[in-house]
Amino acid sequence: MATISREEVAHLARLARLAVTDAEIDLFAGQLDGILQAVARVGEVVADDIPPMSHSVPLVNVLREDVIKPSLTPAEALAGAPDAFENRFRVPQILAEEE
Amino acid sequence: MSITALSFDDAIGRYEPVIGLETHVELGTQTKMFCGCPTVFGADPNTQICPVCLGLPGSLPVANKAAIEATIRIGLALNCSIAQWCRFARKNYFYPDMPKNYQISQYDEPLCVDGYLDVTVNGEIVRVEIERVHLEEDTGKTLHVGGATGRIHGATESLVDYNRAGIPLVEIVTKPVVGTGRMAPEVAKAYVAELRDVIRTLGVSDVRMEQGSMRCDVNTSLNLPGEEWGTRTETKNVNSLRSVERAVRTEIVRQSNVLSGGGHITQETRHFHEDTGETTSGRSKETATDYRYFPEPDLVPLAPDAAWVQELKAALPELPRVHRARLQKDWGLSDLDMQSILNAGAVELIEQTIAAGTNAETARKWWLGELSRKANETGVDLAAVGATPKQVAELQSLVDSGKLTDKLARQVLEGVLNGEGDPAAIMAARGIEVVSDTGALTAAIDEAIAANPEVAEKIRGGNQAAAGVLIGAVMKTTKGQADAKTVRELVLQRLS
Repeated sequence: MATISREEVAHLARLARLAVTDAEIDLFAGQLDGILQAVARVGEVVADDIPPMSHSVPLVNVLREDVIKPSLTPAEALAGAPDAFENRFRVPQILAEEE
Repeated sequence: MSITALSFDDAIGRYEPVIGLETHVELGTQTKMFCGCPTVFGADPNTQICPVCLGLPGSLPVANKAAIEATIRIGLALNCSIAQWCRFARKNYFYPDMPKNYQISQYDEPLCVDGYLDVTVNGEIVRVEIERVHLEEDTGKTLHVGGATGRIHGATESLVDYNRAGIPLVEIVTKPVVGTGRMAPEVAKAYVAELRDVIRTLGVSDVRMEQGSMRCDVNTSLNLPGEEWGTRTETKNVNSLRSVERAVRTEIVRQSNVLSGGGHITQETRHFHEDTGETTSGRSKETATDYRYFPEPDLVPLAPDAAWVQELKAALPELPRVHRARLQKDWGLSDLDMQSILNAGAVELIEQTIAAGTNAETARKWWLGELSRKANETGVDLAAVGATPKQVAELQSLVDSGKLTDKLARQVLEGVLNGEGDPAAIMAARGIEVVSDTGALTAAIDEAIAANPEVAEKIRGGNQAAAGVLIGAVMKTTKGQADAKTVRELVLQRLS
């Protein structure tokens, strides 16, 4: 039985800016379902004495002093950019929903 | 919209406003939140970025201890509890202002919770409760180009500068503020002003609204008395104290007109326009779940221990409220007098003038009198009126030493405000000085006596009040540069 609905897949696809067809939604819903069920098996061994874990190392307060380190040059920083203009990253105008 | 527009008074007569404020403060640390890049304002584009703040593969963030401590200190100053254990979270969204496609923030585990800040409005103390204080990273700056107007609408591309991306940003969120009625706009302004003063006192940010190191979002809703709270809007771009007050006022009026016309308020982001004082609709509010927050796996949890927090608490400076109470006592002022100093934004100016050698009463007289009048006339803040505390103190010392009369001092002050320099220099340049040369004064007095023999006779007969006529004549001859008191003494001496 599916634990993830077609609507949820469509919603996630929209959030991830992925264009998916109806057929793909069915395909991915099935695949995601399989993945979720596999991960859900972890929950079977959860006991009250095991708190949820987000980090695999038992460390806290790993901090650095407020000391300046060298930055990249603009040329280095922009080396991997698809496009640039006057040392700024140039990207397509993407937020049609902003206004 | 209704045909007969409701005014602010109408709106308040019919509805109860609920406001809430979210304030972002850029911390003044040397380096960014999670990397060692510098944080200089106004640097050339993309000169303060590195693999960490660009989110390049393989890079790992490490939290800045100074930023954590600054946030805890803000929390303590706002009477918050400090979390014993909390985590950073990823806020996922697609927008080019963050190169990583997420912003490191805090979600359900903020560093500080449940505090308050007391503010005074019209002599009344209003307690604004603080929901949370959390730490996140600032975003980059986008410049929208290609369209005719240079605004997002119609732009074809964006140019991005990531210098600001990753600068530590503290978000301070109030609980809903209820029951303030017509004072709501002033409470909002007073809260932001007090918060700014607290943070400035802590020395953790320069809190300059005009440079964006302090930014404010204002939530406003209206409800009928006895009914549930209405739908709220969130007004962005509120970047001066005056605008905070105007934005609340504008939203109250706008919403009251929508509601009274039978309409509904949409939960949305609205933009405040400094020039018109209006708000316009932005995007509809995305729900929180759309950001798919989850614990930041690259950063280990924060667990400030009690000793660390206690140490920070013990080192807090005297906070503005306490400081002001002490000044009021030192200066011997009534609540009302102190309030007028606060309203005029003159506390620090008077303090500095006193530090430069003037007594409290005289310092207050200059700043609340002549200088406030001038600031009002020209429509600027008192601090920007054109005279410094040091210049005011110098002016007063010239009066105290008898080199200037009050009247001449006001002329010199005009010169200071015109940018002519410091008082002594202006006196020299304008040839302003008290005529204390007894010879010149005696000559002027003799001349006045000769011109007014009958007045002189009256004074000789014991009518000292008649001396005014002669003093006036002498002041006229000396073009106002004599000390009236000295002239009076000399006149009476001469006719005794």
